[in-house]
Amino acid sequence: MSGDKALAPDAAELLDRTRRLLAEHPPATTDRTDFLRARFDAGLAWVHYPVGLGGLGAPRSLQAVVDAELAAAGAPDNDPRRIGIGLGMAAPTLLEFGSDAVKERFLKPLWVGEEVWCQLFSEPGAGSDLAALGTRAVRDGEDWVINGQKVWTSSAHVARWAILIARTDPDLPKHRGITYFVCDMTDPGVEVRPLRQITGEAEFNEVFLTNVRIPDAHRLGEVGDGWRVAQTTLMNERVSIGGARIPREGGMIGKAAATWRARPELRTHDLHRRLLDLWVDAEVARLTGERLRQQLVAGQPGPEGSAMKLGFARLNQAISALEVELLGDEGLLYGDWTMVRPDLVDFTGRDAGYRYLRAKGNSIEGGTTEVLLNIVAERVLGLPPEPRNDKDVAWKDLAR
Amino acid sequence: MTETPKPVAAQLDLLYSEAEEDLRAAVRSLLADRADPQTLLARIEGEAPYLPGLWDALAGGIGAAGLLVPEKLGGQGASHREAAVVLEELGRAVTPAPYLTSAVVATETLLALGADEGGPVAELLGALAAGEKTAVLAVPLSTAPGADPVTDGPVPAVADAAAADVLLVPRADGLYAVPAAEARITPQVPLDLTRPLAVVDTTGVAGTRLAGPETGGAAVRRGLLAGAGLLASEQLGLAAWCLEETVRHTKERHQFNRPIGSFQALKHRMAQLWLELVGARAVARAAADALATGAPDTELTVAVAQAYCAKVAVHAAEECVQLHGGIGMTWEHPAHLALKRAKSAQTALGSAGRHRDVIAALVDLPAPG
Ligand SMILES: Cc1cc2nc3c(=O)[nH]c(=O)nc-3n(C[C@H](O)[C@H](O)[C@H](O)COP(=O)(O)OP(=O)(O)OC[C@H]3O[C@@H](n4cnc5c(N)ncnc54)[C@H](O)[C@@H]3O)c2cc1C
Repeated sequence: MSGDKALAPDAAELLDRTRRLLAEHPPATTDRTDFLRARFDAGLAWVHYPVGLGGLGAPRSLQAVVDAELAAAGAPDNDPRRIGIGLGMAAPTLLEFGSDAVKERFLKPLWVGEEVWCQLFSEPGAGSDLAALGTRAVRDGEDWVINGQKVWTSSAHVARWAILIARTDPDLPKHRGITYFVCDMTDPGVEVRPLRQITGEAEFNEVFLTNVRIPDAHRLGEVGDGWRVAQTTLMNERVSIGGARIPREGGMIGKAAATWRARPELRTHDLHRRLLDLWVDAEVARLTGERLRQQLVAGQPGPEGSAMKLGFARLNQAISALEVELLGDEGLLYGDWTMVRPDLVDFTGRDAGYRYLRAKGNSIEGGTTEVLLNIVAERVLGLPPEPRNDKDVAWKDLAR
Repeated sequence: MTETPKPVAAQLDLLYSEAEEDLRAAVRSLLADRADPQTLLARIEGEAPYLPGLWDALAGGIGAAGLLVPEKLGGQGASHREAAVVLEELGRAVTPAPYLTSAVVATETLLALGADEGGPVAELLGALAAGEKTAVLAVPLSTAPGADPVTDGPVPAVADAAAADVLLVPRADGLYAVPAAEARITPQVPLDLTRPLAVVDTTGVAGTRLAGPETGGAAVRRGLLAGAGLLASEQLGLAAWCLEETVRHTKERHQFNRPIGSFQALKHRMAQLWLELVGARAVARAAADALATGAPDTELTVAVAQAYCAKVAVHAAEECVQLHGGIGMTWEHPAHLALKRAKSAQTALGSAGRHRDVIAALVDLPAPG
């Protein structure tokens, strides 16, 4: 709580800066990307980031002041849906563990959306047990040489960069031999193959890594410390999923409620009861998110972030399931099974059948519901861990 | 002063203030001293409805009874937010005390009449705020906020009536204050041993007319609305205690050479309860804040809080009994006090179904025609 304005600008100063940005780059006549670049340079991208990296070292809560002023002026935003992984997961990790050069190189195009990021974590043999991963990274002079296979990689087909974890020491227990890198998706050794999913689309991919060369300068954190670095990514992932601020009826419940109002002939008592229950649950989720944000602003972050991720998954699944039933004959149809490779993830788009199927991923992606419940039980409630048999065993000796 | 930006939108304050946390600490330590589970268990075998001296300490000593009453009428001039915190603590400890009925429902009803200083309403409010008297609204505990109850003949299941000093009686021609001593009050055997119920009959007892039917009816609806909204906080506190107690027990109890809390089948159930509690805390706070600020969607927020928190409290209490195993089924363990309170609170001030009906009407989600 320093009174020094140069260190931490207050709301009035941010408002001032925002108005100056708008005056110098009128949104109506400025190219979208140019405007976003100028906004980044003005320190108004994420005001809590350091000066020179899109921020001003201001309290995080003051971002709302900037955003409101920009929205009122009709300024373009950086479509967080398209760059969700970069914004939600890569950026906080780069900020905490990247060298100055790395931060300067990556953060601006990431925020502006000129470069899309993906997350090369999961492998066929390492999903929930992510630390069991087997992709190898071997030091060769100033480079690391990567070999292995990743899977279920969202947006790999549009990504320019990836956050990657790989094994650097198979003789250590699994959590200790991992290192964290930034991987260039245009490297000739990177092969991305579409992986068609339950909806018919290929939103995620298989990624094969063959002698991919990563300069040591693109390592985040110490050699062997990748698991700790990954924790930062995963924590931010859970907070960013389901963390958007929405008005009442703003999420999937809005669509179901609108159908209910418009189509009296579809109503049944069973559906009514379920719809009202879910309406209440959606309102509870909205207020829970609001409370979480107020806690963050007040500097009292709580473990409620994992509750948001879990609640979001359950709610989306229940509402979209109800919608399919509500629609009767129409619910028997599906919009389009053509295999496409969409460049943004869209939970609430398309038709009810699509939403129903896509929502099934909500309790798997970013950590399954079961694994998150374990985390809540052990880290929040302090319940004893399950007996473990993998703690002191070298990774290479684990059962596979 | 430089220009300060407008707030982005008028919003609910869902956190606890420092003053609220201080109040919580005071109430919690009083209850730990005077209303621990063993003391409660001993009381429910006896005849007295409440713990001796506790109400004086809570209502008068801490000043909790007068939180909703303006200072000029002898109260603390605080709000529903603070009263909600007191109820969280009373819920945690399943305390037998006429707080919800007297300090919230009856007090709020009287406040809604618009008290003139020196009049009978102001005088009664002063006595309630000081903790010198308690009053209850003579309607069944199950009465939902939207109802327009009119008392005629014996009224069953009136909570906290047996020890009240004054009965607020809604009659066809207005709202009356009737001295309890002049009414026929017959205690009933309640499911929830910590919230005494009685049949109240004021037929033939005149009492003092406080308001006509219209003003009186609106005041009663407001009293019930505040009661329903703040009952959510009592349910939240109760659920929090149930979860904490269950976590503590399952960490200590060993079976199969492991603490039972290390079994995933149990961990997931407790983690699930925690999720429900996180939601319950957000909506209970929202209801208290909406009541305090007079937000335009208060009725909706209260209905959401009741539709959700009642369910969470029952779930938490049922899990508490189950995960304690045989111990949870014994009279010695306080789990049953919580279960009985939670189950009857589910019916109190409108069932979840009634609150869902209110929501359906308020947000235009009509039932099939
Ligand atoms: C739509 C989608 C997008 C994705 N995008 C990405 C991405 O961009 N990048 C990336 O790296 N990964 C991504 N993933 C992968 C995702 O993170 C994993 O699928 C997830 O962590 C689960 O791992 P798994 O699929 O191997 O399941 P498994 O670990 O094999 O789990 C199978 C079942 O066993 C349960 N289970 C496993 N371990 C336990 C335990 N200890 N206790 C109780 N139950 C357990 C699980 O909950 C699950 O029900 C994505 C997945 C989906 C569905």
